[in-house]
Amino acid sequence: MPTKTDKAIVDSLVRNEIGYITSVPCKQLAGVIELVEANESIFHIPSNKEDEGMGLCAGAYLGGTRSAIIMQNTALGVAINSLVTLIQFYHIPLPMLISYRGEVGEKVACQVEMAIHTKPLLKQLNIPYYHFYNSDQVATLDGILQHSQMCKKPVAILTDASFWSSAS
Amino acid sequence: MIRYDILKEIVPILKDRLVVCNIGSPSQELYQLFDQPSNFYMLGTMGLCSSIGLGLAQVQDQTVIAIDGDGSVLTNLATLSTIANNPADNFILLIIDNGSYGSTGDQPTYAGMATSLTEVALACGCKNVVECSAKETSTELAKAISSEQMTIIISKCQPGNVDVSVIDEDPVYIANRFSNCIKELRS
Ligand SMILES: [Mg+2]
Repeated sequence: MPTKTDKAIVDSLVRNEIGYITSVPCKQLAGVIELVEANESIFHIPSNKEDEGMGLCAGAYLGGTRSAIIMQNTALGVAINSLVTLIQFYHIPLPMLISYRGEVGEKVACQVEMAIHTKPLLKQLNIPYYHFYNSDQVATLDGILQHSQMCKKPVAILTDASFWSSAS
Repeated sequence: MIRYDILKEIVPILKDRLVVCNIGSPSQELYQLFDQPSNFYMLGTMGLCSSIGLGLAQVQDQTVIAIDGDGSVLTNLATLSTIANNPADNFILLIIDNGSYGSTGDQPTYAGMATSLTEVALACGCKNVVECSAKETSTELAKAISSEQMTIIISKCQPGNVDVSVIDEDPVYIANRFSNCIKELRS
């Protein structure tokens, strides 16, 4: 069942005219993905891999529709080339709603291995990131989405286990 | 026939159409043969031509022709399942299958060996999958456009590139020119 927080996230995406979303699933993002799929103003297309998803998002944006990707932080390694040579090179705005696995509260040890590299990688790639650890921070999502469109850059919204456990 | 010969033959069909062209030699050859604002050249990012084309076809009504290669489709093979399950009738994927990684020195690809991209596309659930010879490509492409049904064309040709220079256009210029072109078509 989607929570109020899931709904607040999707409402913000709709308010900011994100009309095309691709997703690679994560348990934490299941409620958001369910609402995105059900929302009539969003074209939702699941992708098999995050770099494929970035291609889809780039195409939609070139066609005049704002796009976004829903993914796990573990996929950052898969997507680096696409982020740099497609999204950044052609100045395509791309909000990345990321499940920040491997932070405090994580139950799967292997997820921590990639969590350790998540912020350093984003920093190295000059991708602005916003760490959400409390559900109240959803209120800042509108501003982040506007920022991405304004500067035509990818931005990362890192939602960790504390964020999701504080969700209502 | 090599890729360049196919591109040369389909230029009249590509005119005023939205074209997404694969990285390396395909884009460089098309750029030299027939540049137009509605051509989107990939300057990097191996494998994503079909994905960019599909995303573009899904948000607007104009026909989109993605000119991809066998090596590139193999890199992003799951794209064929995404395409099959999210059909857009204004989308044509033209895979120029020369069994070769043309831009990197013509090393053979598996598509020229035991793997059939036609059968992979069919197994992924794609409808309207057409395998043709290089010579038949322009006819099949014209047919696909007028059918108004999503079509995957696998055009079998010989490996080889012509000597063309790299595209020295700015990526943001290519993207803006392309997007503006779509905006004009929309209004
Ligand atoms: Mg090839």
